[in-house]
Amino acid sequence: MNINFTLIAQAIAFAVLIWFTVKFVWPPLLKAIETRQKEIADGLAAASEGRSALEVAAKKSEVTLNEAKQKASEIVGQAEKRATQIVEEAKGNAKVEGERILTGAKAEIDQEVNRAKEGLRAQVSALAVAGAEKILRKEIDAKAHSEMLSKLAAEL
Amino acid sequence: MATEQTLTPSEYITHHLTFNSKPVGDGSFWMLNYDSLIMSVILGVLVMGLIWWVARSATSGVPSKGQAFVELIFGFVDEQVKNIFHGDRHSFIAPTALTVFLWVLAMNAMDFLPVDVMHHFVYAPLGLEHWRSVPTSDINTTFALALAVWFLMIFFSIKAKGLGGWVHELFYAPFGGAKFFKPKSALGYLGLLLSPLLFVANFAFNMIEYISKPLSHSLRLFGNMYAGEVIFLLLGLWAATGLTGAFFGAILGAGWSIFHILIVALQAFIFMMLTVVYLAMAHESH
Repeated sequence: MNINFTLIAQAIAFAVLIWFTVKFVWPPLLKAIETRQKEIADGLAAASEGRSALEVAAKKSEVTLNEAKQKASEIVGQAEKRATQIVEEAKGNAKVEGERILTGAKAEIDQEVNRAKEGLRAQVSALAVAGAEKILRKEIDAKAHSEMLSKLAAEL
Repeated sequence: MATEQTLTPSEYITHHLTFNSKPVGDGSFWMLNYDSLIMSVILGVLVMGLIWWVARSATSGVPSKGQAFVELIFGFVDEQVKNIFHGDRHSFIAPTALTVFLWVLAMNAMDFLPVDVMHHFVYAPLGLEHWRSVPTSDINTTFALALAVWFLMIFFSIKAKGLGGWVHELFYAPFGGAKFFKPKSALGYLGLLLSPLLFVANFAFNMIEYISKPLSHSLRLFGNMYAGEVIFLLLGLWAATGLTGAFFGAILGAGWSIFHILIVALQAFIFMMLTVVYLAMAHESH
């Protein structure tokens, strides 16, 4: 159990081991562990950031949805208004058109009536002339009295 | 075996407690315990090499099982150092603590090797008549470690406070020192005259501290490991007395081995903690 040269030899061995650990063992382990710690911390921070971003987005989407709903109802209201307007317009147009057609038809009927009257007048005058001719036969010159007769016919 | 059986108990114990010592120069100091040196160097290279092998391919991603295990040890040591030393621990003190812990643990663990089995089947066939497996049961090993820590302690003390600060502390701590003041009474004059005596007291205190630190540091480890080894030898002696002795010797040997796991780990831990505490104290000013 004597103190001997082993003391110095062991101290040197110890010094070399410490140097080795300080130089080659500790730094890579420390680096790996610290990098991982940082990565985990970053990941957690990113997660909480994402959570808050999600909340903001949810709020935003709710606002947008409400706006869209409001707009949609506005549009529907406008469309309904427009539809009634169109229907009213169409009704008005139809009425006018109907009246126009009616007046046209009336005018046509009047025209037909007049034309028939004209025809009838011509035929009556011809009949009158023919009757008078039969009655008067000789005395009455068709040419000389046709003027008078057509005046008569016009008066009918 | 034939020669072993003729040994008396004291010869048996002496045989197992003799170092493989060879002279490297003249005088009783110039002897080298080859067993302590070779065992400790092999263990140091093995343990730190293993850690280095894991550390050099350490990834910050998902660690392998080996890396996780090394990180467990790393974290354990780092946590202890962090609680004691509040400076830049990564540049020296924490790696030193790791070295001390693992190396001492490995050297202590050699106590689990059964002495006679190792002797008959490993050392004797290699031609080694005397070979002690446990480097920490050699006072030279523990004292070398404690002395190295002691020098580091003085080095860091001077580095932290400067040479002047360190010398100042030797004379002014822990009781404080003489200050010049204008005495107002006879008692004041007496105080002024006697106050330099504080230097003597302070210096004596510091010397005691500086001497006791490496002694308690090294002897605690040495004593524990040496005692553990002797108890194994005593149980071995009992085992040689016959069937009953062999039976109880085996049972008690197993029991002592299991209990010794605690001592081996605890002493390595204590040695590391004291190293860290001494080095941390060197950084503090008083």
